[in-house]
Amino acid sequence: MFSKRSRWALPYFIFLVLFVLVPLVLIAGYALTDANGHFTLSNLAAFFTDGKILNSFLVSLEIALENTLICILLGYPVAYILADKNYNKSAVTALLFILPMWINALMRTMATAEIFNTLGISLGKGTLLFGMVYDYLPFMIYPIYTVLNKMNKSYAEAAQDLGASPVTVFFKITLPLSMPGVLSGVLMVFMPTVSTFAISEILTNNTIQLFGSVIQEQFYNMMWNQGAALSLVMLIIIGISTLITPQKEDQAEGGLI
Amino acid sequence: MKAQRIISRAYLAIILFFLYAPIIFIAVFSFTEAKSLGNWTGFTFRLYESLFTGATSSARTLLEALQNTLIVALVASAASTVLGTLAAIGIYNMHGRKKAGLQFLNNIPMLNPDIITGVSLFLLFVFLNISKGFVTVILSHITFCTPYVVLNVLPKLSQMNPNIYEAALDLGATPFQALRKVMIPQLRPGMISGFILAFTMSLDDFAVTYFTAGSSGLETLSTYIYADARKGGLTPEIKPLMTIIFLVILGVLLAYNLRAFKKSNSQHQ
Repeated sequence: MFSKRSRWALPYFIFLVLFVLVPLVLIAGYALTDANGHFTLSNLAAFFTDGKILNSFLVSLEIALENTLICILLGYPVAYILADKNYNKSAVTALLFILPMWINALMRTMATAEIFNTLGISLGKGTLLFGMVYDYLPFMIYPIYTVLNKMNKSYAEAAQDLGASPVTVFFKITLPLSMPGVLSGVLMVFMPTVSTFAISEILTNNTIQLFGSVIQEQFYNMMWNQGAALSLVMLIIIGISTLITPQKEDQAEGGLI
Repeated sequence: MKAQRIISRAYLAIILFFLYAPIIFIAVFSFTEAKSLGNWTGFTFRLYESLFTGATSSARTLLEALQNTLIVALVASAASTVLGTLAAIGIYNMHGRKKAGLQFLNNIPMLNPDIITGVSLFLLFVFLNISKGFVTVILSHITFCTPYVVLNVLPKLSQMNPNIYEAALDLGATPFQALRKVMIPQLRPGMISGFILAFTMSLDDFAVTYFTAGSSGLETLSTYIYADARKGGLTPEIKPLMTIIFLVILGVLLAYNLRAFKKSNSQHQ
């Protein structure tokens, strides 16, 4: 009976093969061929030899790193206060901080750009970072808050009873135990920043091109093989970063509401 | 302790202000008519009127984009809920490498950045020579929505008592009846949160739609705003639309969470 019911996953399995696996193989296929379908490594080589591409990749990494750091520095205290029963007893307050996640990112970005225009602030790296932090902060607060909220408080209490100062308790107990939340937050902020394209375009008037914008531009200009090669580079980076991050049993994203 | 509490509260308030300032800014200026933002020319509902009556051609395109967004999100999340629930039941009854393999496959669309999902599906549709439009966009949205349904239904399956389903079969129910009358009612909370999550993911999507709608002319809200921003102008009717969308989302989420909150409270008593 049980083995029979495992077949209920068959439609989804076929779906995943067709719409997830085959498309990923196609990225590799297009990346390693030229317009005539002949094997070539020149598309991939362009990542290293084309100064503009490599430059935008490095700029993306820099912006993503800065964005992630600012999000941790701003978001961690928020999550910490929200999870502390002394300061906040209402789940609704916590909800207000993650609510912006549900509003279309492009709409929010557009609104931010409009504020800068109104205030007469010229668009550039500063506005890009501000907008990125604005867009991604909820994605940092949410996983950290979830972990802190579920954390067994008796460890911290025990440390306190044994004479540790609040600062020691935080750095020796709370922070290490909340690292899985920070890690999920980093995953939800870092790669999306590198790969985003519309947001950087709107917030910098296209003066700063992130890696995602370069990929988008190549597809826009019908340079599919070159675009696929850069996508492959991104896929490889994601693969590596997934392999080196420890896998958690319960997915933070699963129970978002 | 008191000073700490005040600092904490103030910090939360500052961050909250920062998070909501752009939305409030847009909402305030949706009640005036000036073309450029930040220019208050008196209170009026004119923009709301022209949005709902489709007075200008931009308002009509915007309404059409809203309609497309909702159709795509509804169809994709409904299909994802069916596909994902069946898949979750199947995965739950699998063992060993088969189970781990399928769960790994299920994780890929969630780990991939939108642009990779978009590009890869774009290449698939090019490769298969399928012309892009509603069908390709919906199929693509199902691709990145279904994993979330699976993840929301799986925990409900492990909470369920498998004997009840077997009992229904022993008492003469057909497998379909047992599914409909016994299994689904118990999985419903997971299916509903999976559906809502899928729906919001679909509403929020830009990159995947951008790549899979091609030049078919199919516009969703995201692609409309992007095209609008590229042209350098902001359609005035976007302001009232954004305000309404924000209020709807706020209302739905608060209602949903307050209900869940009350439920868990009454269970504790």
